[in-house]
This record gives sequence, structure tokens and C-alpha cells, in this order.
Amino acid sequence: MNEINTTTKPSILSIEDLSIAYDIDKYAVRNVSAKIEKNAITAIMGPSGCGKTTLLRAINRMHELYPNISTKGQIKLYDENIYDMSTIKLRRKIGMVFQRPNPFPTLSIYENVIAGYKLNGIHMKRSERDEIVETSLRDVTLWDEVKNSLHKKGTFLSGGQQQRLCVARALAFKPDVILLDEPTSALDPVSTAKIEDLLVELKKQYTIVLVTHNMSQAARISDNSMFMYLGELIEYEDTKTIFTKPKDPRTEGYLTGKFG
Amino acid sequence: MDQTNILIEKKEKEVLVDHFTGRKYKDRLFLSAVIFFSLITISFVFLIIGAMVLKGYHQINWSFFTQVAPDTFTAMMAKSSGQLIPGGIVNGITGSLYLVGLASLIAIPFGVLIGIYLYENSKKRYAAVIRDITDVLQGVPSIVVGLIVYLWVVVHITHGYSVLAGSVALSIMMLPLIIRSTEESLKMIPDTLKEAAIALGTPYYKVILRVLIPTSFSGLVTGILLAVSRILGETAPLMLTTLGNPAINWNITKPVSAVPLLIWQFYNDPNMVDLIWSSTLFLMGFVLILNLLSKWIAAKRRF
Amino acid sequence: MNSDKILKYVLFIASLLILLIAGGMIYSLFRGAIPSFHQFGWKFLISSKWDPTQGREQYGALLFIAGTLFTSILALVIALPMAFSTSLFIGEYFRNTRMAAIVSTFVDLLAGIPSIIYGLWGFYVLRPFIVSIGLSPQGYGIFTSGLILAIMIIPYATSLSNTTIMMVPNELKEAAYSLGATRLEVIWNVILPNARSGITASYVLAFGRALGETLAVTMLIGNANIIPTGLFSTGNTMASVIANQFGEASGLQLSSLIEIGLLLFVITTIINAVGKFIIKKMA
Ligand SMILES: Nc1ncnc2c1ncn2[C@@H]1O[C@H](COP(=O)(O)OP(=O)(O)OP(=O)(O)O)[C@@H](O)[C@H]1O
Ligand SMILES: [Mg+2]
Repeated sequence: MNEINTTTKPSILSIEDLSIAYDIDKYAVRNVSAKIEKNAITAIMGPSGCGKTTLLRAINRMHELYPNISTKGQIKLYDENIYDMSTIKLRRKIGMVFQRPNPFPTLSIYENVIAGYKLNGIHMKRSERDEIVETSLRDVTLWDEVKNSLHKKGTFLSGGQQQRLCVARALAFKPDVILLDEPTSALDPVSTAKIEDLLVELKKQYTIVLVTHNMSQAARISDNSMFMYLGELIEYEDTKTIFTKPKDPRTEGYLTGKFG
Repeated sequence: MDQTNILIEKKEKEVLVDHFTGRKYKDRLFLSAVIFFSLITISFVFLIIGAMVLKGYHQINWSFFTQVAPDTFTAMMAKSSGQLIPGGIVNGITGSLYLVGLASLIAIPFGVLIGIYLYENSKKRYAAVIRDITDVLQGVPSIVVGLIVYLWVVVHITHGYSVLAGSVALSIMMLPLIIRSTEESLKMIPDTLKEAAIALGTPYYKVILRVLIPTSFSGLVTGILLAVSRILGETAPLMLTTLGNPAINWNITKPVSAVPLLIWQFYNDPNMVDLIWSSTLFLMGFVLILNLLSKWIAAKRRF
Repeated sequence: MNSDKILKYVLFIASLLILLIAGGMIYSLFRGAIPSFHQFGWKFLISSKWDPTQGREQYGALLFIAGTLFTSILALVIALPMAFSTSLFIGEYFRNTRMAAIVSTFVDLLAGIPSIIYGLWGFYVLRPFIVSIGLSPQGYGIFTSGLILAIMIIPYATSLSNTTIMMVPNELKEAAYSLGATRLEVIWNVILPNARSGITASYVLAFGRALGETLAVTMLIGNANIIPTGLFSTGNTMASVIANQFGEASGLQLSSLIEIGLLLFVITTIINAVGKFIIKKMA
């Protein structure tokens, strides 16, 4: 098992000896243990194929959608094992934003934001819905751009706007944790900057786990950083330390661009 | 902000308390329904093929494949003395082969050529029209095809029911299937392959003959086999075009029998009922083999 | 002229065959229907008298149109839950598993069984069963033919639906799951809205197939020239009357049968065009 720091600060998620295999005995994530700090941004870095996405998706049990994937170990949200929770409850508490913006193309912008409520069969008064939509869109600084076209389909927005809409969709349900898998990799620099500002703003209320390929992004906005390699968690420190004084030569190699 | 929070807290309780159990329960119930109805769907295959095998296997023997169908009197005599009905369906088998062979001879070359035409000119308006009309032809009920060919061939060309009429009817039914499958399998070839050949200075007709057709060959064969298996069991259009014949016939202007036509004849003759199931079994076996063969080729092919 | 040109011409000339067949079909159907149309005019469509007796010949298509529509609509209604479930089984719940492959092979088999075999099975197995459970004294009629037609069109309704269901992007489904939706809710709120046109089109095309089916229905509907009065009433369809009477028909009767063929051609073509239109809009 990897020796993991970290902080003495309050943690919200704790990953304990987690291993995930897509096929029998072919582990994409091995024996990872880590505590995720509350109200902070935790970045997961590492070369392509090292298991970042696999680890992230385990946190809201996305792997269960596919029959052949096996998972060992535990993940605790506060002190509750997520595998003992219902997926409905878990996914209410842990929201997810995907690599490519994926608003529901058959729904309007408005309906996209409250899709979580609709999918969960929660009926609300119109005024309640309006309020949630507005708050969530304001949170992602999209409100002013779309307030006049709320009832148009979300697919006509730009990629960056779509991605912010997807963040709003995850926020509308007020989760405790938001997982983001390379949320800016399909976006231009301006949209990327907007999402980054947004994440920094959001960490006041939410805990954010961010997979990123972009090292400067991790350096800019994250509080803690993980470096993964071949399925293992090599190093996990606060961001400043990992970028200035990496302990492991593999981390150093990656950060200095020797491989990856 | 706070208000929203309180609202959401309230809603969360609703989710977890009111909806939670009901939603999981509905989810399971729906999955059970899906499995149940899917099982019903596939059970029909067992019921139909099972009935055929159980009722038909004992009548299948050597003479079944070598003798022509008995007349109703012979069949009645055999039945009343408790024997198997003598005779077979060889007039139907030869007739079916004749009809299907001739139909393929007409439909395959034209179908492949038209398929290539559509592939080559996919952007042209005229090609789009041809493609739409091909779809229309594919949707024309087989009985209407039979009726048309009756008016064309039986009335005007052979002046009576004939092999030619039957083959023309079957070929009209095959044509759209072959055209579309040819076009589709050509479309699956990567453009780069075609471009590589053109870049070598190959004349275009050679690109088609030497590159496109060989590369998509298994696709073409799959389409053809599937088309043949579709028309092999066609009965209605043959009733209007070739009628049937108690003897083996090779004359293209004369009526001919076919396995499905014999089945229809047995069905309408109370003395022949025993022969129905063996003939059906034979027909189904034939269709099945062609089907599986085409699947097998399709599974092995690359383009 | 070089070979490339020749090939181009050959291909083009081959394509003319399609125009020739389609044009010839329409021409012959119209021409053949003229005597009947002269005699009965538009009344042909709303009259349900079908009397070939020499001297007081009178023909109308209404009862056949009614029988065709009743059996086909019933077939669609019965096929719907089966086809819908099967397409979800193959395209969603068990997609890419062995089980889905097996079920889809069986569905293909169902599509491969010739119409006459369905008819025989309906006649010798299904009909006695319907009699034995007391649904109908003879077992013939709208219900029995609708049921057999339903089985015949299940594969057509299934195959296109399950491809469109499979085409719904995984990302959208995962987005819904990540919001806490159950599988049923994902199917209902994400898969169906996104696959709607493909699924609708597949039912429309399946309906088109049911309209033109001949022998299986002929063997089960009872061939009574009446407008069906209920689920277990007998009746007749457009395709069946052509199959039954074409051999002995001549003169006005033949022309009336051709006019029925023309009607059948027009109706199925319209239905198929609607189906294709929905598919095109989807792409
Ligand atoms: N659905 C799958 N089936 C089988 N193997 C998979 C699957 N998804 C990922 N893998 C394998 O698991 C390993 C980790 O993949 P993962 O997607 O977690 O990497 P990643 O770090 O997110 O890479 P990237 O930076 O390219 O997104 C890889 O070796 C990959 O080949
Ligand atoms: Mg990834």
C-alpha cells in the first residue's frame, strides 16, 4: 500500500485500499488509499491510462453500470461506506461532470438544470423550480448569458457554456462533492478560464475532485494533488509541495515533462 | 441562497422517504416485464419450429426427395390403409431451384450494378430518387408483385402460367434487397482504400472491379444469401404466376411447382395433410441454413 | 470511348430498370383498374358489396380495407409490448452480452420464417388453442390473424428500435445516472426521448408489413366477405381476396381485384414513406 499523507484538515471522503479491475486480474487502479479534504480542490494527475478516470468514477459507483468491472476496498463518505448506501442517495450527495459536455439534447436549458429533480420524480411548484434554476445558473455564471433563452434546447450553446450548464445541473441538487473528469479538455482557453474561476468559487460550498491532464491547471487551482502511475497512487501532497519538492522520481519526471 | 438550501433539504427528504422504495420497486418490476415479454418473443421460435419438427420428421425419407408429389387418390388409399403417404416433393424442389436460380440470374447482376451506381453517385438527386423508389419496391406486398407479373408475363409473354413469370416475380422481390445491401457494404469500405488505388493511376472501372467488389465481396454474398432465403418461402406471388405442376418441368414457358406451392396444395387437400409438415420442415431447414450461412459470412468479414 | 465511360453508362442504364419496374407497376395497376373504376367510380371505396354472381356483379373494397386495417392495427398493438421489451433487452439491459446475441439471433429467425409456415402454425396450433380456451368457436377471425401477424412483425419492429436505442450516447445515460436516476428512469427520460423517432419509425414500417401479408392471414381470417364486427368476428383482407379469387377471376371481377391491388400498393407505399421520412428526419 502506498504511504499517504496528508492533511490534518477535515476530510469528507476517504478511499481505503481501493482496487478496480475491468477484466479479471487486470487492475486499472491498485490499492489506492487517500483522504479527500473538505471544501478544497483535489486534483488527480498522471499520464494517460494511469487510472484517473477509473478512480474518479468509482467514487459515485459508475462502474456498477457495467457488469464485468470488479471493485475491492472501501470508499467512505463522512463515515458511511458508499457501497452500503443506495445509489440514489449516494449520487444525490456526489455529483459528476463529464469530460465532454453532455446536456440532455431533448431538454431545454431550464429542464436540464432541474433534470435531477425530474429524474428523481420530485414535483415542485413553479416558483420553487424557477428559483433553483436561477440560483444554479448564477452559481456557474451562466445566468446572464442564457436567461432569455431558458426554454431553448441546451445543445445550441457553445461547448464552454454547455459544460457550465452541466456543472449547474450537478449543483442544482446541492451535492456535497462534485467530481469532474477533465472538464476543460474539450474547451477553448477562455471557457477553460471561466470554469477554473468557477471551481475556485465553488469550493467554498462544495468539495471538488478534479481529474486533469493540464499540470498548470492543477497548479493554479488545486489545493491538494495526487499523482497516479500505472494504477497506483504514487504521491499525494498539498499542491505546492508536490510541484516544488516532489518526493518520487516518477512524479518529478512527469511534472518536468519527461514522460506522460 | 439559504432559502434554496432549506428548500433543497426538504426536497431531499422527499426523495429519500417518499420516492425511494417505490422507485426501486418500479425499476425491478419493469426489468421483470422486459425479460418476461422478451422470453415470449423468443418462445414463438421454439413453438413454431418445435411443432414442425415433431409433426414432420417421420415423413422425411429417401423417396421424399426423389419422387414427385402423389395425387390425392393415392394419398387417400395410403392413408386409409394406415401407411405413410408415398411420394415426395421432388417436383417442388426442382421447381424451387429453377425459379430461384433464374430469379437470381436476373436480380443479382442488375442488383449489384444498381447498388454500385447508387454508391458512386450517392450525392446526385437522380440517385436519391432511385434509392427512394427502391425502398418503395421493397415495401410492395408480395401479392401485388404477383399480380403485376401476372399482367406482364402471364398475359402478354408466355400466355399462361410459367417458370418465367414466377422468376420475374421473385427477382423483383430480390432486387431491392440486393441493391441496398450492395450499396451498404460498399459504403463500409474506407475511402482511403479507394483513394490508394486511384493514386496509383488505376482506371476507375478497375478500381471498382479489382478493389471495391473484391473487398466487399463477403458483404455482397451475405446480401444475396439473405435475399434468396427471403424469396425461397414466398408463396402468394407464385400462386399468381406459376400455379404449380404435378410433374417436374424444365420448360421456361410452362407452369412449374415449388416447395411452398406444394405446401399450399397439401394444405388445401385433406388427404395430403401428412405431407405438409415434412415439406415445411424441409423448407424451413433450407431457409435456416442460408440464414446461418449468411450470418457466418457476415461475422467473418472485415468490410 | 474508354472503359471508364462504358462502365458509367452500364451502371446508369442498369439504374433505369428500377424506374421501368416502378413505372410499369403503377401503369399496369391503373390500367387494369380502369374498367372497375369506370363502373363503380369512387363508390368502390365506400361500398362493402362484393358479389361476383353473373348478371348482378357488384364490387366494393370497403370490407377488405376494414379487415386489413383491423388485423394490422391489432397486430401492432399486440406486437408492441413484445417488440419494445425485446429491443430494450437487446439494446439496453443486456447489450453486448451473450444473452442479447442469442435473443437477437432468435428474432432474426422469426423474421426468416416464411409466411406460409406462420399460416400453417396458426391454423394447426394456434387456432385449436384459441378454440380450446373458448375464445371463439371456430378459431378463425380478426383476433387469430392479428395475433399471427403480430408475431410476424415483431422482428421488424424490434431490429430498428434496438439499433436506435443502442445509438443513444452513453454519456447522456451516465449523466442521468450521476443525478441519481434509476435504470427505468434513464430509459424513460433519456433513452426513449432520444431514440423516439427511430422507435416510431420501426413500428410504422412494421405496420406497413402487416398490411401486405397474405397467406398467413388468408388461412386464419375466415375469408368471410363482411365488415368485421368485433375481435372474434371473421372477415377478409385486401391481400387475401386477391390470393383467393385471382385464379378464377376475369372481366370486371379481375379489374376490381386489380383495383384492390392498386389500393394496397398506395396504402403500403404511403405508410412506408412515412416511416422512411421519420428515419430521415432523425439522421
Ligand atoms: N471500459 C474499459 N474496459 C477495459 N479497460 C478499460 C476500460 N476503461 C479503461 N480501461 C483501462 O483501464 C486503464 C485506466 O484507464 P482510465 O480511463 O482510468 O485512464 P485515465 O487515467 O483516465 O486516462 P486518460 O488520461 O487517457 O483519460 C487503462 O489501461 C485502460 O486501458
Ligand atoms: Mg480519463
